[in-house]
Amino acid sequence: MADYHQLIFEISQSGRTGADLPESDVDPIELDEKFPKHLLRETPAELPEVSELQLVRHYTALSHKNYGVDNGFYPLGSCTMKYNPKINEDVARLEGFSRIHPYQPAETVQGALQLLYELQEDLAAISGMDAVTLQPSAGAQGEWTGLMIAKNYHQQNGENRSKVLVPDSAHGTNPASAAVAGFDTVTIPSNENGLVDLEALKKRVDQDTAALMLTNPNTLGLFEKDIVEIAEVVHEAGGLLYYDGANANAILGKTTPGKMGFDIVHLNLHKTFTTPHGGGGPGAGPVGVTKELIPFLPVPRIEKDGDNYIWNDDEPLSIGRVKGYYGNFGILARAYTYIRTMGPEGLRQVSESAVLHANYLRKRLETHYESPYAQFCKHEFVLSGSKQKKLGVRTMNIAKRLLDFGYHPPTIYFPLNVEECLMIEPTETETKETLDAFADSMIQIANEVEEDPDIVLDAPHTTVVGRLDETKAARKPVLRYTKSV
Amino acid sequence: MTSTFRYLPDTKQDQQDMLDFLNIQSIDDLFADLPSSIKLTEALAIPKAIPEPDLIKKMQQLSLQNIHANQYPLFLGAGTYDHFIPSVVSHIIGRSEFYTAYTPYQPEISQGELQAIFEFQTMVCELTGMDIANSSMYDGFTSVAEAAALAVSTTKRSKVMVSQAVHPESRAILKTAATGPGYQVEEIDLTTDITNIRDIQEKADDQTAAIIVQYPNFFGSVEDLLEIKKIAQEHGALLIVSANPLALAILQPPGKLGADIVVGDMQPFGIQISFGGPHCGYFAVTKKLMRKIPGRIVGQTTDAQGNRGFTLTLQTREQHIRREKASSNICSNQALNALASAVFMSALGKQGIRQMATLNIKKADYMARQLTEKGFSVNNQSPFFNEFVVTLPVSASEVNHKLFEAGIIGGFDLNKDYRMNNQMLIAVTEQRSKQEIDQFITILEGL
Repeated sequence: MADYHQLIFEISQSGRTGADLPESDVDPIELDEKFPKHLLRETPAELPEVSELQLVRHYTALSHKNYGVDNGFYPLGSCTMKYNPKINEDVARLEGFSRIHPYQPAETVQGALQLLYELQEDLAAISGMDAVTLQPSAGAQGEWTGLMIAKNYHQQNGENRSKVLVPDSAHGTNPASAAVAGFDTVTIPSNENGLVDLEALKKRVDQDTAALMLTNPNTLGLFEKDIVEIAEVVHEAGGLLYYDGANANAILGKTTPGKMGFDIVHLNLHKTFTTPHGGGGPGAGPVGVTKELIPFLPVPRIEKDGDNYIWNDDEPLSIGRVKGYYGNFGILARAYTYIRTMGPEGLRQVSESAVLHANYLRKRLETHYESPYAQFCKHEFVLSGSKQKKLGVRTMNIAKRLLDFGYHPPTIYFPLNVEECLMIEPTETETKETLDAFADSMIQIANEVEEDPDIVLDAPHTTVVGRLDETKAARKPVLRYTKSV
Repeated sequence: MTSTFRYLPDTKQDQQDMLDFLNIQSIDDLFADLPSSIKLTEALAIPKAIPEPDLIKKMQQLSLQNIHANQYPLFLGAGTYDHFIPSVVSHIIGRSEFYTAYTPYQPEISQGELQAIFEFQTMVCELTGMDIANSSMYDGFTSVAEAAALAVSTTKRSKVMVSQAVHPESRAILKTAATGPGYQVEEIDLTTDITNIRDIQEKADDQTAAIIVQYPNFFGSVEDLLEIKKIAQEHGALLIVSANPLALAILQPPGKLGADIVVGDMQPFGIQISFGGPHCGYFAVTKKLMRKIPGRIVGQTTDAQGNRGFTLTLQTREQHIRREKASSNICSNQALNALASAVFMSALGKQGIRQMATLNIKKADYMARQLTEKGFSVNNQSPFFNEFVVTLPVSASEVNHKLFEAGIIGGFDLNKDYRMNNQMLIAVTEQRSKQEIDQFITILEGL
């Protein structure tokens, strides 16, 4: 099946089906009696017609052309591609969780509400916040939710603060979320050590600053050790501190955003808390806040009233609703299961191992690739392909060559403030043997760049398709299948 | 620290070897740059670890504290529906090459996901009658707000109009979202079960960016999109339609009736109800809006040898490139659920989804007719799909209580969101048998 290249539409044959439905057990009616003609479809939607086995073979063949964490090492920086435990999948599929309707009366879904309530409590403890909403369905939606909370908080204080400060190393979602929440973005430069330039920050913070968004450790994998002072600077000007939790895998049980002085936090359950990335989603991005911001959290909130769990949507200062129902419950159930599996001791070990692995791997590679920062890294680190660039090989080529060794490449060309950046996050769930094998491959590639650059420049050599023409894809977009006549 | 956790593979020896290589004494040395004032001195205040055999029992017990749709027939819909899901769906999305992968940024090792999403985009275009669909959104409700944002930024106008027959949660999220950029949201009144056309005419003006309606609407009724499109066109506003994809198997696709943006939720197609999420929003537009669409899009291209291949494309719209100038901040989407719905659509196929949609229409129609015959009044004056509103002699919550005692989960109480006393929105999918419907009605008769 390796050479299977057909679209499901191309194997379709009129008259086949992959599912059967029962006959109607009620009196027949004619559709055109019920609906006026102009409301009815004239031609059916051209969906595929395949047998069940054809369908299974088609998608099985596609799965063989896809690479996940279960296939191999996936050191994609900032994405925390750790192992996705199987028990989590089983739990989310229990019929008492997967077959309940969001509008059932609260007394018929006490188990689900208890799970959500306890998860709120756990995430509050882990982040050092006073309360948590589970509604946001992704990190970016969490950012937007958090910024809307900041906006409403300032407005409640009679202030219309218009600026959100974002370091130049921040994830692209930070400035994009600020824009969607109606703020102007001000970029804070990094200093030569890869950290927030405190002096530049002081100059840019003012009475118009609504919030500073910060990832700590930052996207270079470095801990912002001036964090206490940074928090003071922002707070003194009346601004709030927002924690982008994308890199929370480095700090579990070691510190909390609350301890650091943050007021608002989002956590990516699909990163730190092992819920699968699903090829792009679904994820979940719960948001935690300090006490004074609790009135602004989205509704409905899940609360405990005596022995009962209830919804509360009567909160006049709330920013309102941000997502349908109560968030991505199936994802939340997986994260809950993970937190129960690990407990406080386990979560601390997660971060310790993640940080140990990153530092070990960095040291193994820094003889062959430029390592721009001396400080110990946290759960991830950056290398620069600047040496290799001088020899005519770009970071993109190195990434593609890694595919030949059976690895998913690191994140590349991000953050933007490192030339030819490779951002590597090994995670705690990999063995030392895997780290060593990956280091060996990276070193072999560095040697190839010096001795036989063509093998790197022409990579990948072993994948099901060669390097794809992305310019053509963007200039002449073909975004759907059309039957050729 | 020992390796007593099954997800943590380091042995003591591994750790020692790594520490030695790093020339440090302990892992704490790696955290020495944390100021002491912020270091945790106590363990996190969360419950202790639970071994797998005990944990699975605990989770089963917790799940059994919920009444689920395999125990009690469900007549609740209101945006989330109990539909048949063929076994193949969970088996395909349970393949870990799909579910443990990241977003397909490395196309050479992500052709499976990319092709599946390309096929999904095609299916969404076929159903909606639109030119272009993206790779999915968080859910149908948030997609409405994203569509409004697109309309505001494209038309550079300051107001969106939304029918009160649009799902209350879509409207709630829209209101939250509108306070960001600061555009106005104006609601359009109802004429019993559908959008009041005259009210649109009165409220639409040259600042109207979009008119938003739902198809079928929250009460199950099918709006006349042509009439609404005419008004939108007169004022240069976009028509945004939030549509149930199953209904589109039978109904005229919004694309044929002049919709500029069609959004909705794929939940009826192979996605578990799962207490409301994760589901899967879809987002489709006309060609004109191609470069404004939020989220990820897969395009077809060729590799160096000229073989067909797929890749993420038109990425200059997106946040990781454009940052604050991006068309949206969306990053993660619901790819795995988009895959589930694509598998579902492939399994049922061209005929199967029509058959399923027809079964829904027949069963809902049967129940409504039976209720009418027994003297209850069904409010819908327009044709409806698989949901309708019935007036009850007592409050909906009282009725639901009686139904629950008889082992049935009743409909949606319209009192809270619409102040419609004693009225209930009832969903009748293909999953409901004649016997279940008859039992429901018998209980109503006994009130």
